Amino acid sequence: MIEFTNLNKSFGKNHVLNNLDLEIRGNSITAVIGPNGSGKTTLIKSLLGLVIPDSGEIKLDGINILGKSKFRNQIAYLPQIARFPENLNGMELIDMIKNLRNSPANANELIQLFDFEKELYKKVGTLSGGNKQKLNLLLCLMFDNPLIILDEPSNGLDPIALINLKTYLKNLKLKGKTIVLTTHIMSFIEELVDNIIFLLNGKIYYNGSLEKLLQMENTNRLELAIANILLKSQNK
Amino acid sequence: MIKSSEIFALGLLMILLSISKSYSNVSTIIVCPNCEIKTIQEAIDDAQDGDSIIVHAGSYYTENIIITKSIRLKGLNNPVIISKDGDEIITVISDNVSIEGLTLKNVTLNYLKERSAIRVKKKKNFKINNNIIIDCFFGIYLEHANNGTISNNKIYGNATTEAESGNAIHAWYCENITIHNNILEGHRDGIYFEFVNNSNIFDNLSEKNKRYGLHFMFSNDDKYVNNTFIDNGVGVAVMFSRRIEMRNNSFIHNWGQASYGLLLKEIYDAEIINNIFKDNTTGIFVEGSNRINYHYNNFERNGWAIKFSGGCETNAITSNNFINNTLDLVVSTRMNDNIFQSNYWSNYTGYDLDKDGIGDIPHYPVKLFSYIINEVPEAILLMRSLFVDIINYTEKVSPVFTPKEVQDSKPVIQLIKRPK
Amino acid sequence: MFKIFKYSLYDMIRNRWLFYYMGFFLILTSALLILSNDFTQVLITLTNIILALTPLIGIIFGVIYYYNTKEFIELLLTQPVDRKAVFSGVYFGLAVSLSLSLASGVGIPLILFGVLNSSVLVNYIVLIVLSIVLSIVFSLFSFIISIKFDNKVKGFGIAICLWLFFALLYDGIFLIILMLFKAYPLDNLSIVLSMLNPIGLARVLIIIQLDISAMMGYSGAVIKNFFGSSLGSMLITLVLVLWITIPYYYMIRLSKAKDF
Repeated sequence: MIEFTNLNKSFGKNHVLNNLDLEIRGNSITAVIGPNGSGKTTLIKSLLGLVIPDSGEIKLDGINILGKSKFRNQIAYLPQIARFPENLNGMELIDMIKNLRNSPANANELIQLFDFEKELYKKVGTLSGGNKQKLNLLLCLMFDNPLIILDEPSNGLDPIALINLKTYLKNLKLKGKTIVLTTHIMSFIEELVDNIIFLLNGKIYYNGSLEKLLQMENTNRLELAIANILLKSQNK
Repeated sequence: MIKSSEIFALGLLMILLSISKSYSNVSTIIVCPNCEIKTIQEAIDDAQDGDSIIVHAGSYYTENIIITKSIRLKGLNNPVIISKDGDEIITVISDNVSIEGLTLKNVTLNYLKERSAIRVKKKKNFKINNNIIIDCFFGIYLEHANNGTISNNKIYGNATTEAESGNAIHAWYCENITIHNNILEGHRDGIYFEFVNNSNIFDNLSEKNKRYGLHFMFSNDDKYVNNTFIDNGVGVAVMFSRRIEMRNNSFIHNWGQASYGLLLKEIYDAEIINNIFKDNTTGIFVEGSNRINYHYNNFERNGWAIKFSGGCETNAITSNNFINNTLDLVVSTRMNDNIFQSNYWSNYTGYDLDKDGIGDIPHYPVKLFSYIINEVPEAILLMRSLFVDIINYTEKVSPVFTPKEVQDSKPVIQLIKRPK
Repeated sequence: MFKIFKYSLYDMIRNRWLFYYMGFFLILTSALLILSNDFTQVLITLTNIILALTPLIGIIFGVIYYYNTKEFIELLLTQPVDRKAVFSGVYFGLAVSLSLSLASGVGIPLILFGVLNSSVLVNYIVLIVLSIVLSIVFSLFSFIISIKFDNKVKGFGIAICLWLFFALLYDGIFLIILMLFKAYPLDNLSIVLSMLNPIGLARVLIIIQLDISAMMGYSGAVIKNFFGSSLGSMLITLVLVLWITIPYYYMIRLSKAKDF
């Protein structure tokens, strides 16, 4: 379980997270959505310790994690833009991350899932965008971590890889993992997600199931619901 | 024909006879602690002109010994002669005296009388060889003494300040002196010449003297060759003298604010040839000296190779090597009518496109930075900085402070080979 | 930290610019040694070039390297290692590889041309050590700049300005201060002023060796005693160590407060 209490973060005058309180329960798939600049990535990054909050607390299973680093061996994180040291190849990267985390990893299953064998020994600098994202996913998901955070996992993936990824994530949930993701692909949310967190101007606008959100906004499509919310907020 | 040869034979016979006669009259007097004659003075009193006095090993405490006869005083196996009350040890007041093989000690400082281990007073034809003089106020003192040789002596002093020390070899009003292969250390001046003419100084080592390694005052037509001057206040100072020849000497490691390898003051018509100036604060400091030739000298890693001041005319600085000195030239006087040509400058930045061994653009050895250091000495900490390089370069391109006439129009590209 | 250092070093060693850097010094040093057979003269020329160039390369290379590795650093930061380990690891990878290519670029020709048996060997060793120290200090500066400024162009500009300041402007200001206050005793001031510039400090250590004869002609007793004694060299060494440790801890502190 993840708890955010009274979380604040500003970048200059821009108050990105505003007294944010949030709980994400375990063994679920949660999507954090919201317009650009609503604080999704900041929220995720503060959980990882990449962004340091101005005030507030973040607890993981009841333990405060601010300023610590060890807790990250329970988190798998997929960054939004994947860029790696260009002189290394995929295999070396996999080895490196394994070595750094010092925990067992199962890369082979993912390599087959994404059909990545041929790319494994190419220098990262020569990989295409989609293949880089595959490598990115590989590095993230190859460990057996209870918490998985994915920032735009669908970026640049071909349809087959996308389908495979969805299936893989569903399986992970069945194994009892907690997954938090951000995405702009609505089908992704509709097919996978148990819980939606809608961020607007650094505050939680909505936190609940997809069905409820659709009901609330009186529509049957997520896209329309989101558009509605945004229009309402602009009219205020 | 026959007649003349007979006369010649006769003459030869007479000469031989006269030599053997005088030889047979010569006697040798032995001095030793257990001998009949226990002091040198007794032996001298007994001796006649031409006699030899042999002093055997031992320590002899003595008062001032006066040599009044033409004798040879010789130490065997290092006898040590110690001044009893710090007074002068040997005073020579006779011609044709030779003193050799003695160790002399303990002549103490006295401001009224310049006491020395050996003094030659108004006499000629002396030889002072192979002696060791330790911790004496003055070592060898010549006054109005002519035609003498001082060689293979070692003179060690314990001078602490310039004011409280005397000279290792001091010559005043002398002619035809030869000073050869001595070691002179720890005095005020290693060798001091005042009104000394036509004399030669060669193969000596003069080091750690408080003031000058070698000092000329009002002395003319002298020559010093093949000497080494290390770690003195100033290696050699030549003042108010004419026609001094300075050749094949080494001036090394004379460090300090007023320390120079060679100091020239008001001298004329000198030759400075084939010397080495190395690791001195200033290689040569020149004040008001004219008609001097500087050839084939090596100036290596000095703070300043040459500083000219106070009016210097008609000097020729040619075929010298200026190697890795902090600064090559400082000029604080007008330098018309001086020639700087065909020298090697290690920091020459020009080129030799026609490959004739001579740089195609002139070298300006006076740097702006040397003026700055003169103004603010602390600026030396900025030596070799990019900033200083740039201001030096700007000054070189359009000289404002540095004299444009001081230039070597034919800088040599390769190190100049010096004659042996 | 050591693991990250290892990977960073491994990554750097395969960087071709690093090889160009080493190659430049290989060619430069060999050329100087071929053109002149006077080791002291080569030392002087090399000193002039190295004192200006190693800080420049250190700071520029560092800035470029940091901006290029930023995502990799972010990747590392999502792993269970703390920030200090990440930043010191990556930094040391850069510093060590820069130092290695510098030392081998200058050192190999020296060995080949027989400087090992010459009397100026110590001076060359001091020069190489100082150039490594300058690389370390200026690549630290580059990390501080690039951590502070996310904007590449801005970071790059500041890096060049900082180099220009220490390599050139500082000495100009130094000289102007000396000129303005020459009526006063300047010994202590000028020692302090040379301590405040790492390039100046390295240069002073070199001139203590090359120009000691000239320095002994300086009238002020303080500077003379300072540079004439081993105490002075020891103090300078200590200050150089401070020039490494203080920016290092500042860099670590900055990295801990930074949002990625």
